[in-house]
Amino acid sequence: MSRRRHSDENDGGQPHKRRKTSDANETEDHLESLICKVGEKSACSLESNLEGLAGVLEADLPNYKSKILRLLCTVARLLPEKLTIYTTLVGLLNARNYNFGGEFVEAMIRQLKESLKANNYNEAVYLVRFLSDLVNCHVIAAPSMVAMFENFVSVTQEEDVPQVRRDWYVYAFLSSLPWVGKELYEKKDAEMDRIFANTESYLKRRQKTHVPMLQVWTAEKPHPQEEYLDCLWAQIQKLKKDRWQERHILRPYLAFDSILCEALQHNLPPFTPPPHTEDSVYPMPRVIFRMFDYTDDPEGPVMPGSHSVERFVIEENLHCIIKSHWKERKTCAAQLVSYPGKNKIPLNYHIVEVIFAELFRLPAPPHIDVMYTTLLIELCKLQPGSLPQVLAQATEMLYMRLDTMNTTCVDRFINWFSHHLSNFQFRWSWEDWSDCLTQDPESPKPKFVREVLEKCMRLSYHQRILDIVPPTFSALCPANPTCIYKYGDESSNSLPGHSVALCLAVAFKSKATNDEIFSILKDVPNPNQDDDDDEGFSFNPLKIEVFVQTLLHLAAKSFSHSFSALAKFHEVFKTLAESDEGKLHVLRVMFEVWRNHPQMIAVLVDKMIRTQIVDCAAVANWIFSSELSRDFTRLFVWEILHSTIRKMNKHVLKIQKELEEAKEKLARQHKRRSDDDDRSSDRKDGALEEQIERLQEKVESAQSEQKNLFLVIFQRFIMILTEHLVRCETDGTSVLTPWYKNCIERLQQIFLQHHQIIQQYMVTLENLLFTAELDPHILAVFQQFCALQA
Amino acid sequence: MNGGLLTILRGDSSLELSQYRDQHFDVDDDEQEKSLEESSTLYVGNLSFHTTEEQIHELFSRCGDIKHVFMGVDKIKKKACSFCFVEYYDRLDAENAMWCLNGTSLDDHIIHTDWDLGFREGRQYGRCRPGGQASNVFREDSDVGRGGSGKQAQAHDKRGVQ
Repeated sequence: MSRRRHSDENDGGQPHKRRKTSDANETEDHLESLICKVGEKSACSLESNLEGLAGVLEADLPNYKSKILRLLCTVARLLPEKLTIYTTLVGLLNARNYNFGGEFVEAMIRQLKESLKANNYNEAVYLVRFLSDLVNCHVIAAPSMVAMFENFVSVTQEEDVPQVRRDWYVYAFLSSLPWVGKELYEKKDAEMDRIFANTESYLKRRQKTHVPMLQVWTAEKPHPQEEYLDCLWAQIQKLKKDRWQERHILRPYLAFDSILCEALQHNLPPFTPPPHTEDSVYPMPRVIFRMFDYTDDPEGPVMPGSHSVERFVIEENLHCIIKSHWKERKTCAAQLVSYPGKNKIPLNYHIVEVIFAELFRLPAPPHIDVMYTTLLIELCKLQPGSLPQVLAQATEMLYMRLDTMNTTCVDRFINWFSHHLSNFQFRWSWEDWSDCLTQDPESPKPKFVREVLEKCMRLSYHQRILDIVPPTFSALCPANPTCIYKYGDESSNSLPGHSVALCLAVAFKSKATNDEIFSILKDVPNPNQDDDDDEGFSFNPLKIEVFVQTLLHLAAKSFSHSFSALAKFHEVFKTLAESDEGKLHVLRVMFEVWRNHPQMIAVLVDKMIRTQIVDCAAVANWIFSSELSRDFTRLFVWEILHSTIRKMNKHVLKIQKELEEAKEKLARQHKRRSDDDDRSSDRKDGALEEQIERLQEKVESAQSEQKNLFLVIFQRFIMILTEHLVRCETDGTSVLTPWYKNCIERLQQIFLQHHQIIQQYMVTLENLLFTAELDPHILAVFQQFCALQA
Repeated sequence: MNGGLLTILRGDSSLELSQYRDQHFDVDDDEQEKSLEESSTLYVGNLSFHTTEEQIHELFSRCGDIKHVFMGVDKIKKKACSFCFVEYYDRLDAENAMWCLNGTSLDDHIIHTDWDLGFREGRQYGRCRPGGQASNVFREDSDVGRGGSGKQAQAHDKRGVQ
């Protein structure tokens, strides 16, 4: 049973709102419930439910008009998969009450403008689509809709604006046509032809440099990975050729034709697209993910072709369902499998394809990765007789195409598959993948299996993994995640520092303090130094070695033990790692101790950054160091790097926020003073102003550190990639080794995963690093990235 | 259900507070509820006795950066209990865990997540005599991973195990 939440209703935000009775509240809740639920499974037909609801709403218009307007606008925006149901409802209301229809259209236009101003472009598409379907319901006159689309497509003539802006207006137009193309062409074919011609010429001249960066596979077979506007254009072209015959969309308004055609229509007011501003952020371009076609389900209904408008509509609707319900996966799964018209299409294939399309989308999935895993599990539970087989088929296909799959997508595939298996006792037909055993271990398939098994182990334990795979796969099994202590056995007697290590071990076990540890370490000679400095605390790799090895070994039992150790001896760590070389060496030694346990390495690096034992730049340098070159292509390394960058970004945001809040506080204080004319608060100002100054410095310093981090990372990438390219040229060998593919895609991944922050530093990057002298292979990555928001 | 359209679409029902309130926590009910709505700590129940901190860390990291994992402990036996607390840095990450991980499997056990007030020393101990978790003592069915049959064959589980 769940507790009732306080209603967060706010009736129009009026300061002096009418005091509502509890009856009124109940009615409003009831209306909301009725509107939300219409179209769901019911004893009555959809038509009779719509008719009934229209009657109820019409009767409530005198008292609840603004609430009803708001509800309908909200469902238009948030429930696009039920578009035609709600447009029909509005159509029926308009037929009964012409004024209400007019007010609704005005409210929708207002909402559209607000969405565009707030950069809610994805929702704005649904609003445009809703408006266009209202033409079918005789609420909006076709010529005025055509006029709006004319204005949309005229944006393609704007100069000095990002291409992504022009793209959006074309997309909003084209993506509404499956619903309303027929009607608009019937009424205004000459105008529509003109708009079409303008659209076509735009699509021909727009640049598509960004496409390779967004493709999941580099191969064009078996399915081309098309740019989203190209695909949609092809689909609309085909629809036009078929004389706009579209049979997939559910159109409840057809049943009410006799009523609706009696209704008076409204004209859309002339709509000028809001101008481009500095703050405008448009959606990123996409590549359409395809993994199935009609050959994949030979026994079931035929899968609509990739250029059929049905394919577009089905995918749109499934994406909308996920968007609406992803936080409640049981509902989401239920909604997906009860998709209307499911008997005519291979629904499970569409669902699996759409889910993977989202999971593998570049730069990032629309929702958190783990959601797709648990949604798929829910779907398997809901349809145990059919969905798991499709999923297994999909997994097999993804495995087969690993050679050309983008590294970032492979990461997500690894994480998905390992988590999925952990929910099904790790049952899988590994023998089917025996082909990977004879391949170069660095090539994508064996690499994938190794990484999957490593992640599976993290969710269970080492022996389990050995048990679930056939013996032939043992070479791909992860190492037992044990600690490696170099001073542990007899042979280590001769190692320098060995006696100090033993001393430290005793001290740690008897709960020594930081000072006691310092004094033990004082006597450790420095192998690097010729002359001793006064305090003996300059960079001394041996000191770091004995301290870090011994402490981590003693704390090896669990993460908590290790974190405690870091906390307790924080002072010693800070002192030893004061210099940049010190930080690097701490990381190196930690890596030597835990090289069998990548998960431990990751959590230790995280803690060390958060407790400022090491900084982000040190981690970046460590990752590109020669000690890590053997593990450079392993997933855990990149997870650490991206986690490090994210921490840096969050840190900057946090201080920026503190600065903003302090500034706002000062502004409020000033305002209060001018209101009260109180001179005594001059003194209060002083303290706050000082704080603001300090925060300003902090922000600048943090931003500088952030910029430096990216510069270090990019510089290192350029160095190792150039080295490889030059060597291949000299040796006459092919550039495209598995290592190279991995490395160049890792570079891409940095751009894609942190694109918002990196945009701020474009000029620096272009002038300092990504200059014209750079090898074209590397420069191409930068250029593709620039094209993403150009 | 008193959930409006906005509530439904925001998935807030998945985040709603269960009926559990910590009786030992020195705070009255209203304040408890307010803290729960701001908390970024989750209680995770129905773990296998063998589930480790590392496994929990791996699973819950998929929702965001973890600040701390506190393992539940049997007060008398001082061994692992079948619950833990996972604290995130950001509330949103905890919400993602509630949405996505509640009711899924870890170590072949369907785990249950719930909002928590935040770890305080003492809360890691199972409260029920003989020292384990209340929901274990009352378990009816045998569960090898949980140490066998419940001590009292009564189907009463306060924590709403699925």
